[in-house]
Amino acid sequence: MKKLSLSVIGMYLMMAQAFSQDPSGDSTGYKPKKLKLDEVNLVSSYYDQTADKSAVMGGRTDYKGNGDVTDFANGLDVTFIGWDKKKRKNTLTFGLGADYHTAASQAYVDSNGTSRNYGTRIYPTLNWTRENEQKGTSFDLGAYYSAEHNYYHSIGLNAAVSKKNKRNGEFSLKLVGYFDQIKMIYPSEFIPVDSAKNTSSADSIVYITTASGNVQALKYNNGQLVGGNSKPELPSKSRNTLTASFSFSQIINQRMQGSVELDMVYMSGYLGLPFHRVFYNTGKDTIENLPSQRFKLPIGFRLNYFLGDNIILRSYYRFYADSWGLVSNTFNLEVPVKITPFFSISPFYRFYMQTAARYFAPYMVHTIQEQYFTSNYALADFRSNLFGAGIRLAPPRGILTNGLRILELRYGHYMQTTDLNSNIISLNLVFK
Amino acid sequence: MQNHSVKIYSIALLALLSLASCVQVKEYQKSRINDSEMTLSNRHVEKNELNAESYREGSSGANGGKTGGGCGCN
Repeated sequence: MKKLSLSVIGMYLMMAQAFSQDPSGDSTGYKPKKLKLDEVNLVSSYYDQTADKSAVMGGRTDYKGNGDVTDFANGLDVTFIGWDKKKRKNTLTFGLGADYHTAASQAYVDSNGTSRNYGTRIYPTLNWTRENEQKGTSFDLGAYYSAEHNYYHSIGLNAAVSKKNKRNGEFSLKLVGYFDQIKMIYPSEFIPVDSAKNTSSADSIVYITTASGNVQALKYNNGQLVGGNSKPELPSKSRNTLTASFSFSQIINQRMQGSVELDMVYMSGYLGLPFHRVFYNTGKDTIENLPSQRFKLPIGFRLNYFLGDNIILRSYYRFYADSWGLVSNTFNLEVPVKITPFFSISPFYRFYMQTAARYFAPYMVHTIQEQYFTSNYALADFRSNLFGAGIRLAPPRGILTNGLRILELRYGHYMQTTDLNSNIISLNLVFK
Repeated sequence: MQNHSVKIYSIALLALLSLASCVQVKEYQKSRINDSEMTLSNRHVEKNELNAESYREGSSGANGGKTGGGCGCN
């Protein structure tokens, strides 16, 4: 009888335990984790470009080196990760980028070549991702801000959702909007005389805008500064870019996976730049004028294949077409070779070709009858080749110190058939 | 543009159907797929390289990079 009573009590306690509420809300002993610093990611690059045709000079070739550019870019991302009560993974990333550049063409915003030829760009970002690993879903929200000498601001907002299926596939949808406010910095010969403040041409004022966005008021007849460094607000125009991005990735077999990504991009507003000159066939110059709308449709494919035990083939192809008549094809192949499981060398090659936008013509080819015109060689017909190599080092115990987990170094040499050549060297350090 | 759009949508549909009809790979068979070099995205270290390309070339997008915003991006 005593044994039976103990058994009944034991069974009762077991049932009570089975149906009782776990204080943590989970019978597996799961506890949510607060956001903790997970990773610090630093990317630094030095870019050096030589070119003779710049959009500021309307594609003129007699100013050698006026398309030269250098850029020192640095970006820092700090990522925090935590798990909430419903076992969802939350990732919060703060980013801050700062670039310093020199551009020979910027000096020629002033027709005498005396504008400042350097500038900086600051761009913070914030991104939050919530991932439900049990359901295979994730939700992402992000914001971006950028300011530079030739636009007041660029604000970016994005939202994305993704869903994994049971067959190792993942579908995602991303919506992005960029809202820019562009400063109307005109070449100096087009800066209007401020007739509202001045009654005669003898004392009229010219606002000289340096390429860095500083504005100085000068007397029209003798060029003397008026009232020191006055800083009147420059007028601006807006440019909006809306993108819907669809992508699907799939594991094809144990060694191969691929993805397809389709972007639908709609741009509206002021799509040219006010300091880009165009020279008519008469020799007279004007400012580039482009339509206020542009629809872009790029589609990209990736296919990665693990060949043998040490070699990986990373391939990418993109077809692009837009409503300005520009069509392009991009082929990219990278072949990482694993020297050890934690050290790889990756040579790469990229080929790119595009047709000209229907509004492009070189220096002194446009006629005054045309409605839209540009001599920006980014919209010209050309081909380009990029080749180089990278190394990746990721030992499990860190590099030199336990904190530095990944080091990547990459060099690329770029050649465009417009005679633009550039070199870029980049370093990525990941601290955990 | 309209002709190109039809082509692009058709290619996208075909690619989706091709990818979706793949063999099942189990978790324990993913050692190569999960290798860090096999990721289906650009490397972090490529970030500024892609930025420079979007300034120097007329096309952008479908590569995980920016599709607009800021100066110089056509």
